[in-house]
Amino acid sequence: MIKVKDVSFTYPNGVEALREVSLTIQDGEFVAIMGQNGAGKTTLVKHFNGLLKPTSGNVLVDGVNTRKMSVAALARKVGFVFQNPDHQLFCETVEDEVAFALRNFGFKERTIKKRVAWALNLLDLTEYRKTSPFMLSGGERKRVALASVLAWNPKVVILDEPTIGQDHKQKERLRQFIVQLTAQQKTVVIVTHDVEFVAECNPHVVLMAQGKIVAEGGAKQVLTNPDLVTQASIVPPQITQIFLELADLGLPTDLIDIYEAREALLNFLEANP
Amino acid sequence: MSVFDGLRFRRVSSPIHQLDPRAKFFYVCVMFVIAVMFNELLPLILLFLIQIPFVFVAGVQREWIRSLRGAAFLAIIIFGFNFLFSYLYSYYEPSYALEYSLAMALRFIVLVESFSVFFLTTSPDHLGLALEQSHVPYEFCFAFTTAVRFVPVLAEEAQTIMDAQKARGLELERGNFIKRIRNYIPILIPLIVNAIRRSLELAEAMESRAWGATEKRTNLYMLRLGKPDYVLALMSVLMLVLAVYVRLSIPVPRLAMILRI
Amino acid sequence: MAVIETKDLTYTYPGATKRALEDVSITIEKGEFVVLTGPSGCGKTTLCRCFNGLVPHFYGGKLEGNIIVTGLKVSENSIHELARHVGLVFQNPENQLFALFVEKDVAFGLENLGVPRDDIRKRVDWALQMTGIEDLRERAPHELSGGQQQRVAIACVLAMQPDVMVFDEPTSFLDPLGAQKIFEVIGELNKKLGITVVLVEHRLDLASRYSNHVIVMDEGKVVLDGEPREVFNSETARLIGVGIPKATRLSQFLEKSGVHLGRVPVTSEEASHILKEVLRRD
Repeated sequence: MIKVKDVSFTYPNGVEALREVSLTIQDGEFVAIMGQNGAGKTTLVKHFNGLLKPTSGNVLVDGVNTRKMSVAALARKVGFVFQNPDHQLFCETVEDEVAFALRNFGFKERTIKKRVAWALNLLDLTEYRKTSPFMLSGGERKRVALASVLAWNPKVVILDEPTIGQDHKQKERLRQFIVQLTAQQKTVVIVTHDVEFVAECNPHVVLMAQGKIVAEGGAKQVLTNPDLVTQASIVPPQITQIFLELADLGLPTDLIDIYEAREALLNFLEANP
Repeated sequence: MSVFDGLRFRRVSSPIHQLDPRAKFFYVCVMFVIAVMFNELLPLILLFLIQIPFVFVAGVQREWIRSLRGAAFLAIIIFGFNFLFSYLYSYYEPSYALEYSLAMALRFIVLVESFSVFFLTTSPDHLGLALEQSHVPYEFCFAFTTAVRFVPVLAEEAQTIMDAQKARGLELERGNFIKRIRNYIPILIPLIVNAIRRSLELAEAMESRAWGATEKRTNLYMLRLGKPDYVLALMSVLMLVLAVYVRLSIPVPRLAMILRI
Repeated sequence: MAVIETKDLTYTYPGATKRALEDVSITIEKGEFVVLTGPSGCGKTTLCRCFNGLVPHFYGGKLEGNIIVTGLKVSENSIHELARHVGLVFQNPENQLFALFVEKDVAFGLENLGVPRDDIRKRVDWALQMTGIEDLRERAPHELSGGQQQRVAIACVLAMQPDVMVFDEPTSFLDPLGAQKIFEVIGELNKKLGITVVLVEHRLDLASRYSNHVIVMDEGKVVLDGEPREVFNSETARLIGVGIPKATRLSQFLEKSGVHLGRVPVTSEEASHILKEVLRRD
């Protein structure tokens, strides 16, 4: 469990990135932290694995204050997949890349071999085992980065802007993959401003603006509230946009999913022939 | 790093900042030549004191003092070596050896400080422009200004890479000397690879904006030498002439002698 | 009048085994707003780079077939000659800005072309005004947000007054509001100045309101080419896996369930408008 208590954070250059933020993420939850660029989302999640320590307030991971733990120790529990895989890749083969963190954490060689094979298989990368990561395409490099984090089986997986530059099919694969992770009881936190993707995943949403949390709740509640959406400078999902205009006809306005939208319309037509 | 602080430009405006970089560079070169001309402490002290009004008029005291502190470390080493050498090896008399070593250390400081004032009061784009107008091939001027433009970007990227690798259990503070150096490989390789990728994208953008279309490139801005620049140049020439005269005809007294009298 | 015309365009990157482009034949008329889309690796980025000569002059390799852009044969004209007529804005805003402050960057292309100083000044001011960033004139690129940087990149290309502007996924790194602002600017350039626009984009819902011509590519080939409504509504688009606007998808769902809407919407506004009519009628 991750508990954030009244955390404020100011960068050395004076920028106040977080202002008295409080949040609790339960084990096994799927949370999307949303808001425009500069709202403080990435700053907040960097506190979860100790990369940043609060200027004031406390962050507790499984009851232990992050100030008392090193990044390496926290990273064992909290895996962080950075936005740009090219900020991590440096090994000669994909195999070594995936094994890197395992070696840092002191796993035995036999375990490392098993874990690497497992992670590569999970992300369809087995054929690239001996390939240089630099030879792979953008999408494949993203998968290598993800594999290298899942290899050590952290309890929590944080994905920072995982949908940037991805096409429709890749996003769909990612969504299904996240579903798999949550089925394995992992806590998944995504940092994103991709409203459509969140609408399709339907996670618990934490909406941020200017260093504060302005709303928290199910995706359906938060993303269909025009005031909150404006406050956080994001746009509502397309389905919501359509139905907000149909409010005066008596149709529900809290829809984000296209299948529910169809049901609502069909029901309406049946009720009013 | 504090030596580099003295070389970084800060966006402030003052009469010194407005001076043409070419005039300022000429002044710095003259300072350089004069400093090398004298082994005696007295003229070097004078040379050092001449810098100070420039620093205050330009309003860059804080950064200048910081670079002084950075240079001081090396200056002390220079002093130490010279003193040991001249006193123990060449058997100079102590007061002479002391004065000579101090002069060598001060010469180093004068050189560093005049360059420091130059870089503190000249913006990189003015510098690039001055290079261009001094007929340095445009490729080099462009490489210079682009490099300066990307310094903060690369610094930030280095920080991000460090964070990303720390998040995979890399511990940069642990281990013996050799292990620590090896631990920087996961930082350096992504940094270099990304720099190369970035330069490819930059090249595409440059080509797409007609790089190399004509031999005669025009420019939106042009540096023009004004009265203050000529005044500075004239002052520098006068100082040089005076210095040469003194060097050739007047024997410079030792500070030790003046103090005793 | 066709401003871009390709016939059987085929290209392979040097050292590659697979063809990046295969028999691409398209026509783009003057003043059109074209959206070019398709799954990752379909060749849309390569095609963009053919428009201003980066392919084949910068990347090497063999370009077969014909491609004529603003009356110039790409294979026979240098990149800097083509740059006078075709501007290219790239995905990453940071890597398109080289100067230490905005104004100098916007002037860069004009300086390269040897334009006289007074004209540079006029065109730079005009480009800054058209993209709404006059107040950012003296700022350093590093201090700007991604959206602001991208607008600077657009101004840099606009200052050269090209006939065609090609945008390669310009909003990838931007948040939704930043992306919207960029689309607005691009839309203005197309409507007010008559600049032909080719926009490569995955987020079709955002781009669809401006476009009148959509081209979908897959595996190096052009698979769909036509009016947005037709293309988004087609089965092929769904099978390839492009991000069809939800408005269109919803109308397809309703059609399958026996509800006929009359028109196919591509934007959320159109969808709500059409649905209002249909629901009120009943």
